[in-house]
Amino acid sequence: MSAATTSANDLRLSRRTFLRASATAAGGLWVSLYLDFPLAAQEPGAGAQQPKTYPPDAFVDIRPDGKIVIQVNRLEFGQGVQTALPMILADELDADWSQVVAELAPAADVYKDPLFGMQMVGGSGSIAHSYQQYRELGAKTRAMLVAAAAAGWNVAPSECRTESSVVHGPGGRSARYADLGSAAAKLPVPATVQLKNPSQFRLVGKRVRRLDSRSKCDGSLKFGLDLDLPGMRTAVVAHPPVFGARVRGFDATAARSVDGVREIFEIPLAKGTGVAIVADKFWPAKQARDRLTIDWDLGGVERADTAQLRAQYKQLARSPGMRSIARGNATAIDRVAAANRIVAEYEFPFLAHTPMEPLNTTVRFDGDRAEVWAGSQFQTVDQSAIAEVLGLKPEQVTFHTEMAGGGFGRRATPDSHVQREAAAIAKRLTGTPIRLVWTREDDVQGGYYRPMHLHRVEIGIGANGMPASWRHVIVGQSLLADTPFAAFMIKDGVDATATEGVADTHYDIPNFHVFAHHPKVNVPVLWWRSVGHTHTAFVMETLIDELAARAKADPIAYRRRLLSPKAKKLHSVLRLLNEKSAWRRQLPRGHAAGIACHESFGTGVACAVDVSIENKRPRIHRATVAVDCGLAVNPLSVESQFEAGLAFGVSQLVAKGAITFRDGRVEQRNFDTYAPPYMIDAPMAVDVHIVPSAEAPSGCGEPPVPVISPAVANALARLTGKRYRTLPLVTL
Amino acid sequence: MDTYQLTVNGQQRSVTVDPGTPLLWVLREELKMTGTKYGCGVAACGACTVHVAGVATRSCIVPVSLIGDRPIVTIEAIGDDRVGKAVQDAWVAHDVVQCGYCQSGQIMSAVALLKDNSKPSDHNIEESMGGNLCRCGTYPRIREAIKAAAQQLK
Repeated sequence: MSAATTSANDLRLSRRTFLRASATAAGGLWVSLYLDFPLAAQEPGAGAQQPKTYPPDAFVDIRPDGKIVIQVNRLEFGQGVQTALPMILADELDADWSQVVAELAPAADVYKDPLFGMQMVGGSGSIAHSYQQYRELGAKTRAMLVAAAAAGWNVAPSECRTESSVVHGPGGRSARYADLGSAAAKLPVPATVQLKNPSQFRLVGKRVRRLDSRSKCDGSLKFGLDLDLPGMRTAVVAHPPVFGARVRGFDATAARSVDGVREIFEIPLAKGTGVAIVADKFWPAKQARDRLTIDWDLGGVERADTAQLRAQYKQLARSPGMRSIARGNATAIDRVAAANRIVAEYEFPFLAHTPMEPLNTTVRFDGDRAEVWAGSQFQTVDQSAIAEVLGLKPEQVTFHTEMAGGGFGRRATPDSHVQREAAAIAKRLTGTPIRLVWTREDDVQGGYYRPMHLHRVEIGIGANGMPASWRHVIVGQSLLADTPFAAFMIKDGVDATATEGVADTHYDIPNFHVFAHHPKVNVPVLWWRSVGHTHTAFVMETLIDELAARAKADPIAYRRRLLSPKAKKLHSVLRLLNEKSAWRRQLPRGHAAGIACHESFGTGVACAVDVSIENKRPRIHRATVAVDCGLAVNPLSVESQFEAGLAFGVSQLVAKGAITFRDGRVEQRNFDTYAPPYMIDAPMAVDVHIVPSAEAPSGCGEPPVPVISPAVANALARLTGKRYRTLPLVTL
Repeated sequence: MDTYQLTVNGQQRSVTVDPGTPLLWVLREELKMTGTKYGCGVAACGACTVHVAGVATRSCIVPVSLIGDRPIVTIEAIGDDRVGKAVQDAWVAHDVVQCGYCQSGQIMSAVALLKDNSKPSDHNIEESMGGNLCRCGTYPRIREAIKAAAQQLK
């Protein structure tokens, strides 16, 4: 993308000139600020109060033509930050929104997440972590523009006000931001600045349409895969049929006969080795790959098998494992009569993310430096990995963030395996831009799945119908073992991403014990939108529903009785849901309502669904959602995330929603055998209700996902009398 | 390699490719029209939908050699059409897109539906849009936008 290229060039320039705020060649104001938040100081391993130096990268560029270009320190892949972060900045800046242009920032220290200390999208933190940062950036830029205007008029800045990219002074004087840029650039960046009172917001809290909408509707927006560079070649890789297998030898005679094929050679993979095919274009590359004959060495490679794993996990679930939570009496449950006990085992399959845009990365290696184009959730990590493969320093790798067609966690790989493959190929063809494409088959079969999980839960029900004791064992691979995140997310052997949603439940259960097992399995695993909550919310919310049904209680009222008073967000969303889901009491024959609530990433969500059974599948006629995400920066975007995020969550229910293994090989291949939800599987209509709040914003990317599957399963239980404990729902 | 004369968005285009090359890759890599997307290559997601002689077609499985003289319309030009423009405008007005990658195909399918049926029911919409995957899950707004476009075109 040309815009990204321009900003990367500017970036290099700014590093040389090392100015804090500078007049750009074009004469505009280019503000670069970095604010050291208290949060940043908590970065693990960063050394608490170490002073940091940041390169003076641009966040805001006020151009003489009136355009205000705002750098977005995140990947945009549907979640809407490319609109919401500029809204926050533009509001404090009092910018003319119609003139705001958003660009995805390249990889650079200044764009790191203030909390996580690396440039990334994850943990639903884009708005939550950068809200304050973008407000201050806007306010400081505004202060500089006002100071410039005031100096010119010889008045005090306090006598000036701003609106729609114009400074107004006493006596009816006014000056456009576009004309103040050069003068403002000579002023110091203020150390502190007064932020708006939320009642003064003009954009934040308003329903603002996406900036990228039109270009996504007329085919003009370029995603990473649409990149076209001079001399570019396309590469595909033949991956081993079993993770970690190696190439013993290959016959490329037939493959080389395909017109347009340039090079075929073996490359190292994150696990094992593969064969890379470089061609002029994608189609010949794929044709050549289909004609390759590869002799794979499967020796010493563990072959995962779903049936065997299930048996192994069931066995493990009957032994205590590593302790995650121990509250109250551990053996109280053993004294509860069988009639007052629920013993439940749940199974969850491996899940692929399958973002619509197949994975891809383009790398050009120029010997002493490299240039990369990628839709990455992990710019810092991917940039370093590519540098390592190419024998460069990260700063020698210019990394352009490309628009991505979805991701859901799949573009945040701690081992950067796609980027390493692309770099390994580019290294061999110095000077040639190499676009590596993972075909859909590579994506479905290539690992990095939401791990398979098994839960075993024993509940002892008290005389009041409430759970008095609860013993919960979770079995599943650790996401974080062997990653840089292990140090602060794995405690006493328990990976917090496997137990989140259970261990930190807000349900007040006096005797509460959670254990985990993390078997080692030869299947690469990865966070999948909402991470552990994908399975933990399903288990918790279907069991709580079962308890409510046994107690003959209203499912919303029962939950509110059991929730700790401290769970303010869950109480507020359940209260709102109850108010907005009066339809629950007047459903047509053959329909049933299902309820679920869950808090994740700081956001409380409650959901009610109207479900019937059509053609032996759940039909979701309607979903009503209540959300407490603190201040909703862009309510239109929050609504959009929840409406659509529910459909994403249905991925767990659809009949072909499982990745399975036989003898080490993935049994699915493409969307014909691993099928995410189509329109008919998704809720037909969704109404979203946001709890009014002035609290700090919390995430909205992941929290829509956990609630829908249990809500639907709870409705189905009402229709069929069965409890659904194995996903996906193959038979009802 | 063979040479084919194609009519794409009203223009004559000549391409020299292997006869088995799917129309999708001819559009994307020979004609540099990247609005039509690759999602699966097996006609299971609809991201590659274009109109061939007015019919919504999965371009990822149609070899270029089978196109003949049938005119092709892609997302790049669908806005020149009255129905196409109404659908694109409805998409923008309803803020339908999220990642946006599938939306070229969604819009091409929706236009074909509305050209056929000016007042589609939910059932008609599900039938016509049933093979277009949206991984973000924007389906509720796609429904609304199709109904709004139909209303607009009345």
